[in-house]
Amino acid sequence: MSVKFWRTPLDSEKVVKPKAEIHIIKDQCKGCGYCIQYCPKKVFEESEEINARGVHPPKIVDEKKCIICSFCTAICPDFAIYVKEKQCKDGC
Amino acid sequence: MTEVVEQHPFAKYLREAMMPHIWCTGCGNGIILNAFVHALDELQIDLDKLVVVSGIGCIGRTAGYTNVDSFHTTHGRPIAFATGVKLANPELEVVVISGDGDLFAIGGNHFIHAARRNIGIKVICANNFNYGMTGGQFGPTTPLKASTPTTPYGNIEHPFNLVHLAAASGATYVARWTTLHVRMLTASIKKLLQRKGFSFIEVVSQCPEIFGRRNKMRTALEMMEWFKKAAVIANFSDPAKAEITPEKIVVGEFLDLEKPTFEELLREKMNEISKENGE
Repeated sequence: MSVKFWRTPLDSEKVVKPKAEIHIIKDQCKGCGYCIQYCPKKVFEESEEINARGVHPPKIVDEKKCIICSFCTAICPDFAIYVKEKQCKDGC
Repeated sequence: MTEVVEQHPFAKYLREAMMPHIWCTGCGNGIILNAFVHALDELQIDLDKLVVVSGIGCIGRTAGYTNVDSFHTTHGRPIAFATGVKLANPELEVVVISGDGDLFAIGGNHFIHAARRNIGIKVICANNFNYGMTGGQFGPTTPLKASTPTTPYGNIEHPFNLVHLAAASGATYVARWTTLHVRMLTASIKKLLQRKGFSFIEVVSQCPEIFGRRNKMRTALEMMEWFKKAAVIANFSDPAKAEITPEKIVVGEFLDLEKPTFEELLREKMNEISKENGE
């Protein structure tokens, strides 16, 4: 995904945009919907599947949209979601 | 081949055998616990020097969930117990996490006197406006006109303004956040853990199953939307004017000052007396 700048930043070649790695522990989810509602980039939506607790856990729509603000990690009451920065050497 | 179980980064702060917790879908207590362990993680606090004390109520289960030395006291007495812990060993960081019914109804006197004496304990109060664990009876923080099983025609009692009460009683740090303000809440808990005197954070928390469904907020999300709509951040404003009404919840830090703590004065006095007696 290319970003349009009104001028090119001097270090744009060196800086790599971090990529997110979202982990959802599905069976811990109780389906409150906070992560879906309050994600600033709308990365999640409710899935069709039913987990061990009988609710619909969130599913990832587009992991690329994630900006790793980790608000979902902070607001999840059930410790069912966390975001990490993807560790990749070259190209992923 | 062994199955790789996914581990949450905060899993080490929680007792594995007690997880998943029993709180309802979307309960604010989970968010408070999350913010608390987040603050512990960011500060890299020595867990051997941390004590979590809680009273009776839904949030009282926090003592069982945090993987530190903790104690689940009788109803209303977490501050009394915490005072003993702090005075016996002032090196320990003592955090009381309890509810509004526990701390301000049955334990009200313990709270105001601990604040007055400025004992170095840290209090986090989850205010969910009712006695959620026993069926949602009205309590000292239930807003006027709110409907609960024991006030079916609307509450006619004026609620406590907890931040004003704490500030007037002599607490040295007073803040209020809602569970939606998790970032600010975490920052506030971090501040709380680094302070010396009596510090108090009120967390306006949602109780969707018991309080919300009787007050036209059927789901946890609707209660969160209420916080989002009603919350106004006003740091260092007058706590007397920060009453919680359905239209407005004033949040922020209200007070931040330094005073000599009770345990410091106690040690000083003990040294003084033992010197006078020539010991």
